[in-house]
Amino acid sequence: MFKITDEVIDTQRVISAVEADNAGAIVHFLGTVRNNTGGRRTLYLEYEAYAPMAEKKMAEIGHEIREKWGLDRVAMMHRVGRVEIGEVSVAVAVASPHRSDGFEACKYAMDRLKQVVPIWKREIWEDGEEEWVKPDPVYFDADRGVRTSDG
Amino acid sequence: MKVTVKYFAVCHEELGREEEQMELPEEATLRDILDRLEEEWPEITEFYQVMQMSVNWEYATEGTQLSEGDEVALIPPVTGG
Repeated sequence: MFKITDEVIDTQRVISAVEADNAGAIVHFLGTVRNNTGGRRTLYLEYEAYAPMAEKKMAEIGHEIREKWGLDRVAMMHRVGRVEIGEVSVAVAVASPHRSDGFEACKYAMDRLKQVVPIWKREIWEDGEEEWVKPDPVYFDADRGVRTSDG
Repeated sequence: MKVTVKYFAVCHEELGREEEQMELPEEATLRDILDRLEEEWPEITEFYQVMQMSVNWEYATEGTQLSEGDEVALIPPVTGG
């Protein structure tokens, strides 16, 4: 299951999507909305997604995990619209025969999501300002711009 | 030929619309779309080092050739999670 939703994420549904008899572990990650960034108070976040492409890119991450770890039970769900402090914005679940592969694959899924899945986060601050969040350079490859080197 | 162009996040905000139909010459590339947009929004060039584009839900470069009915998108740096 690779899905963009505008509703509250049913985390149990994400876990259920990967349950398998040959699994010895299900690693589950939840991203939640923090009440501050660098000490500045956040009121809430607004997420926007290019939903069909986002779901396709998440499914591709699932294929990458199958190739790297041989795990085929992966689920990713990301919410769009207004998400309140403490609420879940993204949920990932990976089932694996043994836990260490599951932990690695789950981290990989989130790292890749932050690199390639077309979703944008808008931060609405307590002081009334709002802005599109800038990408963390860790996940950002400056060479990927649309202009090639002649630009 | 006609293609659909979609705008997200800062692009949607700056251009004031979510998508549009664009009439382009045969054998047009993504570069032709950027040229059009530069006339309306010259500052778009400041995003070129960080912005990406897609054609039919796959990342593409500015030389990518377009076909009738393609769905193109301007993709500012993604910040999901």
